[in-house]
Amino acid sequence: MSRDIVITEVALRDGSHAINHQFTVEQVSAVARALDEANVPYIEVSHGDGLAGSSLQYGLSRTPELELIEAAVSVCKQAKVGVLLLPGIGTIKDLKTAAGLGVGMARIATHATEADVSAQHIYRAKELGLTTVGFLMMSHMAAPEKLAEQAGLMQSYGADVVYIVDSAGALLPDQAGERVRALKQCLKIPVGFHAHNNLSLAMANTLVAIQEGANWIDGSVRCLGAGAGNTQTEVLIAVLDRMGIQTGVDLYKMMDMAEEIVSPILQVPQEITRDALILGYAGVYSSFRLHAERAAKKFGIDSRDILIELGRRKAVGGQEDMIVDVAAEIAQLNSSTKIR
Amino acid sequence: MKKVKVAILGSGNIGTDLMIKLGRSPVLELTSIIGIDPDSDGLRRAKAAGYYVFDGGLKPYLESGVDLADIVFDATSAKAHIRHAKALREAGKFAIDLTPAAVGPYVVPSVNLGAHLNEKNINLITCGGQATIPIVHAIGSASPVSYAEIVATISSKSAGPGTRSNIDEFTETTAHGIEAIGGAKKGKAIIILNPAEPPILMRDTVYAVVEEGADRQAIVKAIHQTVAYIQSYVPGYRLRSEPIFDENKITVFLEVEGAGDYLPTYSGNLDIMTATAVKVAEEYAKHAVGIGTGI
Repeated sequence: MSRDIVITEVALRDGSHAINHQFTVEQVSAVARALDEANVPYIEVSHGDGLAGSSLQYGLSRTPELELIEAAVSVCKQAKVGVLLLPGIGTIKDLKTAAGLGVGMARIATHATEADVSAQHIYRAKELGLTTVGFLMMSHMAAPEKLAEQAGLMQSYGADVVYIVDSAGALLPDQAGERVRALKQCLKIPVGFHAHNNLSLAMANTLVAIQEGANWIDGSVRCLGAGAGNTQTEVLIAVLDRMGIQTGVDLYKMMDMAEEIVSPILQVPQEITRDALILGYAGVYSSFRLHAERAAKKFGIDSRDILIELGRRKAVGGQEDMIVDVAAEIAQLNSSTKIR
Repeated sequence: MKKVKVAILGSGNIGTDLMIKLGRSPVLELTSIIGIDPDSDGLRRAKAAGYYVFDGGLKPYLESGVDLADIVFDATSAKAHIRHAKALREAGKFAIDLTPAAVGPYVVPSVNLGAHLNEKNINLITCGGQATIPIVHAIGSASPVSYAEIVATISSKSAGPGTRSNIDEFTETTAHGIEAIGGAKKGKAIIILNPAEPPILMRDTVYAVVEEGADRQAIVKAIHQTVAYIQSYVPGYRLRSEPIFDENKITVFLEVEGAGDYLPTYSGNLDIMTATAVKVAEEYAKHAVGIGTGI
């Protein structure tokens, strides 16, 4: 079946953030098998922060991610399993190990303005025969022209696709549109879009991105992703079907697996909580949410104050250590004002 | 005491910053700068400052026949250093390697400054390693560290093309240093580039897992002593807050402000490398003169 839009399901990677990296082999096998049966073409499986993300900084994985990747690969008949790699966290060695397990796609992620750190990793991913995707995170922090220039670098390193990644769920629809347009004008390769639903704009932005020519789209089933989750995959499949756009994905199978397999994995149903909303409003990396909630509790302060301050300081993806640092500062400031 | 002659290999940001710092050393006498680009800012400055300038790389320098240095700092790249290390060894020079090549043993001043003075090649690990390994070691002196993880965040502007094109070398070499020199059973390193304007200072976070019931006071004391020692040669190195304890996990927040010699003060990551290189070279020079090896 021909696909107008290539869907990548990210719940088994982005969703790792939402459940504190507690995925089990059984869960991953069940989800991957159901996605494969629903004819989803790409399934991403990794720690939320990519290969080697298991750490005190981001949270330790309950199950070594290589076991999860292996489990997913073993149950997929048609789907390719993908991995995420952030240079600076994971290395080419990790990529090679993952490739050895039968992975079919590598997504190499950098901050929106730092594409040049991905050159080696993109080159090696291609050499390993993987579908190779450049992933420009926190895209709201870079102007469309800058983003297009960075995407051009990833294309020159050999990427097959470059994604605009709205890691903070902060883009407004016109901002999403102008970014896709800028990339479409400069690139020869396809453009992708990855949304977060912190401002309830994931679906709207995804549709604008598609209208502007993006044809690689990420979703998370039941919104199992960081922050308020991503564009809800099963809903996206239904909407695109109504629009006459082919994804090749079976809507009923997606709805069933969302309800029966993914919903029980969620510790609480995904909704736009005040902290998720603040992520989008302040332009902060979505995986900061649970870390900020824990730090707020430890220091007896409002988690929103922490997230707003992180946005003001222009923290980028991966700077989870700043959360406790900023929380401690706010707590100290609060107590000194009280004394006065 | 007669000064010991030194040369710098590499005329990029690090080499040029090193040139300015060496100009202040009471022990070392910088004589020459060796680069490959005659139009580089570093070589132009070196010429203006009156140093011997070689713009054809290491080979013509060694073949020049004039003995201009006993210590050579290598501030090029890991790949180039593997070649340089061999040539310098054959020429009998003491090489201080500022690249992540790790040909020779690792040196971190607060841990093993005097350990490898009879070697001919020592390595300074990475900027993040120099900022964090001493802390891991300090914690370990009070309670064994089963796991240590460091996160170095540097401004995009201070990350040169060498770091960018080979970022895996940073994570791998630093993680190895945390184990080999820091003494942690298992080490991990993460590096993040932040493009914010104005550029941020270098930030380093150290997480260490110690034994249940470890003596917190002893740990805090050891950390403070180590910070004070590093401040003696990197004045802009400091704790951002008191160490935070969470059961058997310790978190230490650090920040490094550069001296602003060649690179602006936000480049604490480069400053800590050049300042460490000078510190190690001075120690070597004193040692060599002391035992009368003929330097």
